Amino acid sequence: MRRLSLATNLGLEKLSGYPFHVLSWVDAEGYPMNVAIGASINPGEGTATFVPPAGLPVPTDREFSLTGSHIRPQPGYGYDERRHVTVWGNAVRQGEVLVLTATSAWGWDEQELPFFEYSERSVGQSRRYFDALSAERGTPVRPRLSPGWLILRATRLPFLSATIVPVVLGIMIAAAHGAFDLVTAVLTVIGASFVQLGLNVANDVFDSMQGADEANVTPTRYSGGSRVIQYGLVSLRRMATTAAVFYLAAAAIGLVLLALRGSVALLAIGVVGLIVSFAYTAPPLKLVYRGLGEIAVAVGFGPLMLLGAYVVQTGGALAREPVVASIPIALLVALILYVNEIPDRRGDAHAGKGTLPVRFGPDAVILGYDVTVAAAYAALVVGVGLGVLPIPALLALLTIPLALRVHRGLRPNYDNPYGLMAVMAVNIQVHLFAGILLVAAYAIVLVAGAVAPGVPLFIR
Amino acid sequence: MGALPKPVEELLEAALVAELTVVREDGRPVTYPLIPLYDGERIYMTSSALFSRKLEHLRRNSRVAVSITDPVAVAGRTDRATIQGDARVIEDDPHGGWERLLPIWERKEPAIVAFLKQRVALPLFFERALIEVTPRRAFFWPNGLTGAAPVVSSAEGVQ
Repeated sequence: MRRLSLATNLGLEKLSGYPFHVLSWVDAEGYPMNVAIGASINPGEGTATFVPPAGLPVPTDREFSLTGSHIRPQPGYGYDERRHVTVWGNAVRQGEVLVLTATSAWGWDEQELPFFEYSERSVGQSRRYFDALSAERGTPVRPRLSPGWLILRATRLPFLSATIVPVVLGIMIAAAHGAFDLVTAVLTVIGASFVQLGLNVANDVFDSMQGADEANVTPTRYSGGSRVIQYGLVSLRRMATTAAVFYLAAAAIGLVLLALRGSVALLAIGVVGLIVSFAYTAPPLKLVYRGLGEIAVAVGFGPLMLLGAYVVQTGGALAREPVVASIPIALLVALILYVNEIPDRRGDAHAGKGTLPVRFGPDAVILGYDVTVAAAYAALVVGVGLGVLPIPALLALLTIPLALRVHRGLRPNYDNPYGLMAVMAVNIQVHLFAGILLVAAYAIVLVAGAVAPGVPLFIR
Repeated sequence: MGALPKPVEELLEAALVAELTVVREDGRPVTYPLIPLYDGERIYMTSSALFSRKLEHLRRNSRVAVSITDPVAVAGRTDRATIQGDARVIEDDPHGGWERLLPIWERKEPAIVAFLKQRVALPLFFERALIEVTPRRAFFWPNGLTGAAPVVSSAEGVQ
């Protein structure tokens, strides 16, 4: 783990790269004093030699520090290239000069330790700050976010596309098969969304309890959990309650749908879905900790969501078509998790979370991506070729250039969590846009069925 | 006319970064680069809860020095200054109390407003305490020549 404290010779070496140095000491009145000087640095000997500033009494019976600091101004923006280093030591007078022998050093260079990682490593200091403030005031003082932002962050709401895509696709396929009911369709979307929100929040709860989120110092917008527990924005207990409420709401909607549809298939899908969702991070199964997270996500956000939505509309009748349509969606959604696990792998390994990127090296992981994404598109083509899926479903192949962008971005950014963020964003788009295009394909099927029933849309 | 000599005020108003030096419990000086925000009387700096160790030092010892030393950070001005003073940590409302300084901050770092709009991405960074420095004495080095004795002036008028 990189630390802000440095070996003294390394601190001096860094200090020697600055054009001037700020000499600091505490004066006779107890105030610190700073003067810019030019010190001659000798990292090998662990010393810095300088002429004492003129007109100021510089005592030699106390510690001095020498600081180098750098920014690059960016007009209209602010500045970047932040770095600084401080070396402490005691100085002795040698004729006209003072010679400081370094005893300790610390510094930060955002090129070496990105600001976001530096911030993440400092979360403990934030906790100490709020604890001290709370103790001083005798009442809890906690960091805050506005309710809207907090809900968005704690539930990871933008990830709901993983649910919306398969559910809407299932509904569209059912509609193409002549079964559509608006009320149950809306209830399905809401119920399925509650399952995912429950999963998202429960995932944070169990990852926090098992130390996986705490150990991750390179979270990004798409990985590393919501971190609301680590940041002190929401308590673990409140998150656990929230997860339970989402699951109970999902179960209640599931019961309503069961009452309305009376389907054994729906009951089975609902029960399996809730179990897979909960077992994703919850003990004893902890599927994601055993390298089974991708399979759980593929099954949950592929066939289960899509078939669940389909059977709600058909009243329990199953068909080959939604099963086949769920395969590319399942593979692409699993790849979202798979790629998002790459930047988390060090923290995950530390917490004993054996995800696939923890278990395998970069070559195998990237090959895994390539094979899986190719399989997703192959499933689509085969599905259309066998006449199971409609020809317009091939529109989803338009996302191949996005998948290629992900492939190209993985290797150069494999060890750079923040560089990987753009790749993760594109990878999410692959799933989202492929899903939208499949939904559009079924919209074409529906419209064509209404206006030109004779037009063949399936290869027979 | 502010509390400090005009050349020192000009440096404070131009500086993108200053060095704040505080005194640790064991007497060691610790220096932090921070944006100085000057309102014509006092110097303000802010500290995120994430990087709040300096606030712990300040609660124990309020004596500080604020220096402007880097010509690059003051648009090429070569003068240098150090202001000694007493600091007060203002943390009544770490969530939003510091935002009253946003207009001065934005003049130096326009991107801060856009960052603040993304508060959800980095919530702890925007939980901040204010460091209010009441100047007591200023040291000024024309043309930055610290090999010569500084011009020293007091700022006793500030209460």
